[in-house]
Amino acid sequence: MSAEEVEVAISSDQDIVLARQKGRAMAIELGFSAGDATLIATAISELARNILSYARRGEITLKIVHASSRQGISIIASDSGPGIRDIRQAMRDGFSTSGSLGLGLPGVRRLMDEFEIVSEPGHGTIVTVTKWKQ
Amino acid sequence: MEVPILKQGEVLIATFQAALSDADLNHLRMGLVRQVVKFRSRAVIVDVTAMDVMDSFASRTLREIAHMIRLRGAETVIVGIQPEVAFAMVQLGLTLEGVATALDLEEGLAYLNEKFKTTN
Repeated sequence: MSAEEVEVAISSDQDIVLARQKGRAMAIELGFSAGDATLIATAISELARNILSYARRGEITLKIVHASSRQGISIIASDSGPGIRDIRQAMRDGFSTSGSLGLGLPGVRRLMDEFEIVSEPGHGTIVTVTKWKQ
Repeated sequence: MEVPILKQGEVLIATFQAALSDADLNHLRMGLVRQVVKFRSRAVIVDVTAMDVMDSFASRTLREIAHMIRLRGAETVIVGIQPEVAFAMVQLGLTLEGVATALDLEEGLAYLNEKFKTTN
């Protein structure tokens, strides 16, 4: 098994492509199905896009995680952008402040098994999502 | 990244690659509309068979392409959305409402032929 953790700096639309390719490769290597690898890659794409549109730069960290009897992948999307003032509102379908589609966060939550968001206005946002291997 | 656009009679066929960036998609949107004007095409088939991720930006761009081409009086058919990509799109809440889709290139061409027959 290669590195347990991969970090991709996000500051351009090319980085979104790179991050989701690395995520898919990691998922396939870990034995995820093609379908789940697609869900993981799509989630990475949305999270990286959020970084780009709201904070302009940040990082996507891909991490292999282990629980008692299972393995999974965590995606940690972090930025030092403006942060989210009302997380509950941001988790509602259709909400957007950047003029984009605004389907990002609730959609990403549906793609993955676990979802956690920490945000401090003025300091940034960290979204951590995890998908477990079936 | 260049997206090959093939002209087949009155139909343009654009084949999307796996690793398209936002800039590539934007470029393609303008390129396709220009070519529709240039060749007086009646339809565009966008083949996304190779696309392994269809996120919110990509599906919005596809919708915009279809709407722009419709304003030009031509048809757009999206073909080749992979099953797992379709599943991810539904989970994300992404739709291609108002845009024709078909299983693959062959079905897309058949759909257009049917359509042209009834309008001629």
